[in-house]
Amino acid sequence: MNIFSLARFGAVLAKEFIQMRRDRLTFGMMIGIPIVQLLLFGFAINTDPHNLPTLVEMADDGPVVRAVLTGMETSDYFDFQGIVYGPEEGDRALREGSANFVVVIPPDFERDVVRGLSPEVLVSADGSDPIAVGTAVGALSGIVETAIKQTLNGPLASYAGSPPPFSVVVHRQFNPESLSSVNTVPGLLAVILSMTMTLITAVAIVRETERGTMETLLATPVNALEVMLGKILPYVFVGYIQTGVFLIAAEILFDVPFLGSGWAFFAGFNIYIVVNLALGFLISTLVRTQMQAMQLSFFTILPTILLSGFMFPFAGMPGWAQAIGTAIPATHYLRIVRKVMLKGAEMADIAGDLRAIAVIGAVIVLISLLRYRQTLD
Amino acid sequence: MTDDLAVSVRGLTKIFSGKTVVDAVDMEVPKGAIYGFLGPNGSGKTTTIRMMCGLLTPDGGEGRTLGHDIRKEARAIKENVGYMTQKFSLYGDLTIRENLDFMARMYRMKNRKQVVDETLRDLGLEGRGDQLAGTLSGGWKQRLALAACMQHKPRLLLLDEPTAGVDPKARRDFWDEIRRLSKQGVTVLVSTHYMDEAVQCDYIAYIAYGKKLIDGPARDIPHKVGLTTWRVDGPDLIPLEDALRADPRVQQVARFGAQLHVSSTDAKALDDVIAEWKKKNGTHHWVKKEAELEEAFIYLMANSDDNFGQTGKRAS
Repeated sequence: MNIFSLARFGAVLAKEFIQMRRDRLTFGMMIGIPIVQLLLFGFAINTDPHNLPTLVEMADDGPVVRAVLTGMETSDYFDFQGIVYGPEEGDRALREGSANFVVVIPPDFERDVVRGLSPEVLVSADGSDPIAVGTAVGALSGIVETAIKQTLNGPLASYAGSPPPFSVVVHRQFNPESLSSVNTVPGLLAVILSMTMTLITAVAIVRETERGTMETLLATPVNALEVMLGKILPYVFVGYIQTGVFLIAAEILFDVPFLGSGWAFFAGFNIYIVVNLALGFLISTLVRTQMQAMQLSFFTILPTILLSGFMFPFAGMPGWAQAIGTAIPATHYLRIVRKVMLKGAEMADIAGDLRAIAVIGAVIVLISLLRYRQTLD
Repeated sequence: MTDDLAVSVRGLTKIFSGKTVVDAVDMEVPKGAIYGFLGPNGSGKTTTIRMMCGLLTPDGGEGRTLGHDIRKEARAIKENVGYMTQKFSLYGDLTIRENLDFMARMYRMKNRKQVVDETLRDLGLEGRGDQLAGTLSGGWKQRLALAACMQHKPRLLLLDEPTAGVDPKARRDFWDEIRRLSKQGVTVLVSTHYMDEAVQCDYIAYIAYGKKLIDGPARDIPHKVGLTTWRVDGPDLIPLEDALRADPRVQQVARFGAQLHVSSTDAKALDDVIAEWKKKNGTHHWVKKEAELEEAFIYLMANSDDNFGQTGKRAS
């Protein structure tokens, strides 16, 4: 008679809904945080930055040099802000951060080009921020080559070198314009859901302990499963609202495509929400105060951001970090969202990721049910 | 273990991080009785009650509540017990009606709406059902909490300091209610600090530092404590009171209105003291009296100050 009572489950559920409705601030934050984060991350993060401040040290200023500099400037990666005299000045600018690049044109550059001596253009980049300078450096040799080729005509054409015997064509699939927001925004859904869902359940349960209402709750015949489901379900609906808001904003503000199957997306985010809520429930069984619940929740958020593949490429991490990342639900959900939204994946394409989340979820639910105390011990 | 006992525990022990909070307590609460559970703050009353209703697992001892094993059948106990916590522990952000409805659902009651309406009517809160419980005054909170834990008609009520911080009028109403329930056959175990409440109980147990010092029917307690008491009235009681307090042969001097009650467990020594005073000062009027519950409690409490500090906050 005591395995599971719908009446008691319903009582917990109804109570949670009422409390959620009355707690306007928390409810507002749960809706507001995703929007604010979406705006911040979506608009602010750009892993392919343009118009980086650049200085030139010119010991030569012939037409070839000008062609090189113009080529760099029209590429949009470099924004020439001035001329420096001598290496000290250039070093200082890099150190101070007033420039990301210093281009050094050696003396007699043009003469050496004409003589076929392969002179070197030195581009000093601020390597302390590899993401900022990375793409620009990658594009650099192509830019210079093209620029020089245009000026070397007539008798000098032979110095332009011969084209390589083959050509590599890079096709940027799924995100042809390499827009950061197209990559960031779907991933952000995984991070936001993880953050808010985990935190909110963790706090909701510890709050009962802190306010003393847990004693009343435990003195009734209610069991762990009834409490857990009753407490989790209301927040599943919050997760729905967050996801809805998110998808609309992603479409309107960032033109993030949604190419894949809606059902696959739906299945993915349902299971992901439940797993995160269960994680929150687990956290709440480990701590005594709301403050501790928050700290522990934040402890889980950092790996979610850093090791899931949201911030940095998953494949680039060492094996042990990938192992940790594999145990994080967000890692798999991130793949689901990117696959479905950007790559047009169907249910079959995400089956493996779904399975992984389900396994993680089963483990979390099991541990938290075992950890949940029916007594005050 | 007989069927006449609502609660019967033996050797009940609880240890919190190395401190023995409840130490081998035996208790028997007869069915239908009002059982007073007394003791200073931090003496282990709450912990004992929590073990009786399955909220805490005992570290030692055993027992039955309403015939169910307190270790193995906590669920069955919870179905039939009404437990009122020391601190108000209903939901402050739910209305009065929502709280009562929540509790009714928890005990899977039929005709919930009707039950809740009845409870509200009995409370005299019909018009205020939609008020948030957190906004009620202290006395009303207590009454609501009592009503909420009785709503499912439990056979045993465990009330943990139900009247702490409640005004005298509300306390009197509260006790009227408890006596009414007792007449209906509900067993009531109530912990309290108040002496005037203790005298309303049929049975009493006194606990200090986790150890039960004394228990039994209320009328037997003074005898068990073994006090001899003299009553004295007359002029200049204050100097007399000071002088008696200073006398090592007198264990207790308590003032009741315009009288002093002078007590000791050593009847012989006390008689000597009184005889000396009679000789020294004839203006006082001395009468030897039967020791009553009041003196017994003052004696018990005086010999066990607040038990704070030894157990931490959970063991009050």
